[in-house]
Amino acid sequence: MISKKEVRHIANLARIGLGEKEAEKYSKDLSSILNWINELKEVDVSDVEPTAHITGLENAVRQDKIREFDDKEALKKLFPEEKDGYNKVKSVL
Amino acid sequence: MIRELHKKLTSGEITSVKLTERYFDVIKKKDKEIFAYLSLTEESAREQAKKADAKIACKEKIGILEGIPGAIKDNILVRGAGMTAASKILDNYIAPDDATVIRKLKEAGAVILGKTNMDEFACGSSTENSGYGPTKNPCDLERVPGGSSGGSAAAVASGEAVWALGTDTGGSIRQPAAFCGVVGLKPTYGLVSRYGAVAMGSSLDQIGPLTKTVEDAAIVLSAIAGEDQKDATSVRSSGKDYTNFLTGRINDLRIGIVEDYLKDLSEGAKKSMDEVIEQYEKLGAEVKKVELPNAKYSLPVYYIIMPCELSSNLARYDGLKYGIRINDELDSDYNTNCLPKNLLETYLDTRKYGLGAEIKRRIMLGTYALSSGYYEAYYLRAQKVRTLIKKDFEKVFEKVDLILTPTAPTPAFKLGEKTQNPLEMYLADIFTVTANIVGVPAISVPGPEVFGLPFGFQLMGKWFNEENLLNAAHAYEINK
Repeated sequence: MISKKEVRHIANLARIGLGEKEAEKYSKDLSSILNWINELKEVDVSDVEPTAHITGLENAVRQDKIREFDDKEALKKLFPEEKDGYNKVKSVL
Repeated sequence: MIRELHKKLTSGEITSVKLTERYFDVIKKKDKEIFAYLSLTEESAREQAKKADAKIACKEKIGILEGIPGAIKDNILVRGAGMTAASKILDNYIAPDDATVIRKLKEAGAVILGKTNMDEFACGSSTENSGYGPTKNPCDLERVPGGSSGGSAAAVASGEAVWALGTDTGGSIRQPAAFCGVVGLKPTYGLVSRYGAVAMGSSLDQIGPLTKTVEDAAIVLSAIAGEDQKDATSVRSSGKDYTNFLTGRINDLRIGIVEDYLKDLSEGAKKSMDEVIEQYEKLGAEVKKVELPNAKYSLPVYYIIMPCELSSNLARYDGLKYGIRINDELDSDYNTNCLPKNLLETYLDTRKYGLGAEIKRRIMLGTYALSSGYYEAYYLRAQKVRTLIKKDFEKVFEKVDLILTPTAPTPAFKLGEKTQNPLEMYLADIFTVTANIVGVPAISVPGPEVFGLPFGFQLMGKWFNEENLLNAAHAYEINK
């Protein structure tokens, strides 16, 4: 069972603002989904290696070379707020 | 269908510009009701069509996809076009670059008509989770088209596009294909580059075609497959023309069926599957029973791995770099974690108003499962069960070449039927998720209808053996 308080904590970790009603609904939803997922506890996984993804690929490397992007203006236009050609963000410090 | 249109183009029976206009006419006539498209790219479509026509006029040889109009799911970047992933949080986003698959399709001369509707960030099985309203099933407007690539499936089914691209993380190409009566292919994990597609579950996502025929799927796949430096998980250079393998002969083919998958089907669905099995036997394939003892855990495994990866992938939508930015001036009672209140509130509010209910549900599920103290119990355990499921497949593929299942347990359900209970919606993917968990290629092909509605069957093949899979699907299609 995931309590409303836990839901609010998870939402905060995930940076999602929640209303009071939503917290209640998600408390129910998440509890029933987790309850269903717990089916996996019956599987014996001792001595089983995890599969992160299926091709078994590890550490694909490439040269650390800068590639010039040909349309920087298009990127700048995506900034929610712009000042003097820079992306203006909320103050972090 | 693409081959016929290609012949008409090269023989001068029709021009690409006319063909493209014809599709825009159908869109204008039908799409108010169906709502397959979120946006159209009319100007660039006409330009691309003109280029194809100019080549034909000069008697230059054109490629099979050249001048043929198609649709792109709105979670794949098309330079200069809007891209929302059906989320309000990306309402104002204009793609600055082409996805690798789009670059390849443009090089092949394909015409792009527009961007199709979907469940927000590809999370859903009905396209009802779109931030812009649901798509309707062209076969019955009271029913869902499936999801998440519901717009792409509906566009092809209704004649609003010749071909379409979708993405498939747990069935999002195959299940809507089945619901709308078209062909949908999820390639092997790693065959197609995902660069420029919005990441959902990175160890599961693949891009693939939705088309009217199996041959069309093979044509589109041939254009988009191949290794890409911009996607480190794309592992094999392909360069294959998959249409070369469509012989329609399947004499020595061994097809496995899983009894557990068939026994709980409704009578109508069971009858449809029986007819498919009978047809394959008639064509000379050997059909035998196989067992995948751990496959029943695929759906719970999926609902751990996918939300974990999703919650991490979607962390980037924070209102700072692109997309919408909201601060509603209302103070929340959250602990500010040493962050300046103004910054934290911008994160919280942007995601509160920008993301839909299902996305929030899945992000929170993933955040919970990955949080300190739960990682081993959930994510790691799921990855271990994933290994067991993969081993099941390796064993079965020693005995058979393909595995045959229904694509979904039922035909398309009604709008609103499953929106109240998320778990019930999740079960729509029960037969499709396994292919994503183990990474094998899988295709949905229209089988005999159930209660007058499209019903699809699914074939799963061996890793990187799309040719066998496509040929078996093709054999059924041309002999039905």
